[in-house]
Amino acid sequence: MIEIKNIYKNFNSNKVLNGVNLTITKGETKVIIGRSGCGKSVLLKHIMGILRPESGIIKVEGKDIERMPSKELNALRMRMALVFQGGALFDSLTVGENVGFALYEYSKLSHKEIEERVEEALCNVELCGIHKLMPSELSGGMKKRVAIARALCMQPEVILYDEPTTGVDPITAGSINELIRGLHDKFKVTSIVVTHDMKSAYRIADKIAMLYQGKIIAEGTSQEIQETDHPVVYQFINGLAQGPITETII
Amino acid sequence: MVTLIRGIGSRVVYYIDYVGAIGKLFFNSLYWTFVPPLKRERILVQARNIGLESLPIVSLVAFFIGVILALQTAYQMQKLSSEIYIANIVALSIVRELGPVITSLIVAGRCGAAVTAELGTMKVTEQIDALETLATNPVKYLVVPRFLAFTFMLPVLTIYANLIGILGGYLICVYRLGIRSSMYVQLTFDALSIKDLATGLIKTLVFGMIIAMVGCLEGMRTEGGAEGVGKATTLSVVTSFILILAADCVFTAIFYFIFP
Ligand SMILES: Nc1ncnc2c1ncn2[C@@H]1O[C@H](COP(=O)(O)OP(=O)(O)OP(=O)(O)O)[C@@H](O)[C@H]1O
Ligand SMILES: [Mg+2]
Repeated sequence: MIEIKNIYKNFNSNKVLNGVNLTITKGETKVIIGRSGCGKSVLLKHIMGILRPESGIIKVEGKDIERMPSKELNALRMRMALVFQGGALFDSLTVGENVGFALYEYSKLSHKEIEERVEEALCNVELCGIHKLMPSELSGGMKKRVAIARALCMQPEVILYDEPTTGVDPITAGSINELIRGLHDKFKVTSIVVTHDMKSAYRIADKIAMLYQGKIIAEGTSQEIQETDHPVVYQFINGLAQGPITETII
Repeated sequence: MVTLIRGIGSRVVYYIDYVGAIGKLFFNSLYWTFVPPLKRERILVQARNIGLESLPIVSLVAFFIGVILALQTAYQMQKLSSEIYIANIVALSIVRELGPVITSLIVAGRCGAAVTAELGTMKVTEQIDALETLATNPVKYLVVPRFLAFTFMLPVLTIYANLIGILGGYLICVYRLGIRSSMYVQLTFDALSIKDLATGLIKTLVFGMIIAMVGCLEGMRTEGGAEGVGKATTLSVVTSFILILAADCVFTAIFYFIFP
């Protein structure tokens, strides 16, 4: 479904991605873990084609997204959704207009139908009836959930979540995990989830991959990752201060 | 010496780069203007913002300019005892030069800066990236409505500023300097030709484009959080001012030498 081959990306002299290889098969939930600042968000943006790699190929359904004409890329983007780490809600639009953005812009549905879809998406993240509020009136966790609702509203085949459970309370985090699992089981949605939260990673992942120093250093099922003998992964998942990871984040 | 040359060199590269970026954004905007659908409400919202934000201050400034111009001209003309030229000079200076330029500078400072701040905030909070992921071209969605709104609102505001400025001159001349009202009006109309009005308005179309392009470009390439937004906003105003005055210089020369 999505193949990432040998992606390199630097910002000025800061080498962020150093030959990332990753394959996501259709319908799977892949969790990407890694330290803060290691380039997880950057990797997700590459998959959506917002950032371009210096070298390497990203293929979605066998097609190189960099070579795609913009029309085709946009058609593809309608089937994929990225939940930004900070929400990235449009602050000049209401919550309802945010969630239904793509539908209002591009679908032929009537306003009433779109409003229903919006409400349904909001209820999915336990925020029924807030469509009239402005993003500035929401708490951080609510913004995050509205961002998830915006992704759900397009009924995409692939959803990329950038830390969906950071900054929300444990109960909501649980229900977001449930939601991601549910989409996976019911609609066979392909998900890529970036998180630091190991508990939710184990709960939702088919496969967990760890990004470290710009490379994927380990990949496996929750079970395999928990039983890992890779020292870096071991230190990370157990949250140890001592270990091979010593360099501070730049 | 080497550092000096290098400094100048990097400046030159920066400006060439800038012109390239503005040009690219301009052609992009033109291209997307003609790609349907063109949402009329979006343009109207922008146009209304520009109008509402700048109308009070344009009125105030234009009025003062008219008054000042009349007084300064009167000071000179009374020495030559040719007060009848006051109306003439006030009308021509305002319509050909001061109306367009002052209005543009105000709109650049007020609305151009606001555009940069808004788009800059959208950039640093990843809203522009989010637009792209929702299959929406940021130029089409954000830049085109502002581009069209500025380009069409500026001439409208300028006509208004011209009227207010001439009114200011009229009030001074009629009520302070004792020129007969009907005569002042007559002289003003005699002084102005369609060509004067047109040269003023053609300029403002270009000034409007400059403000929109600089405002949007600075906004879209903002980096570095809230601080970056502040910097971009200042830079946007300064750049707009310089480009407007430079363009005005070119226009005035063209009108003077080529279409006298
Ligand atoms: N637009 C950009 N310009 C310059 N540098 C950037 C840009 N975006 C990201 N970086 C750099 O890339 C590196 C990785 O950033 P990224 O946001 O992907 O981290 P992350 O793994 O998502 O971290 P976190 O878990 O804290 O969100 C950081 O060092 C950051 O400074
Ligand atoms: Mg991140």
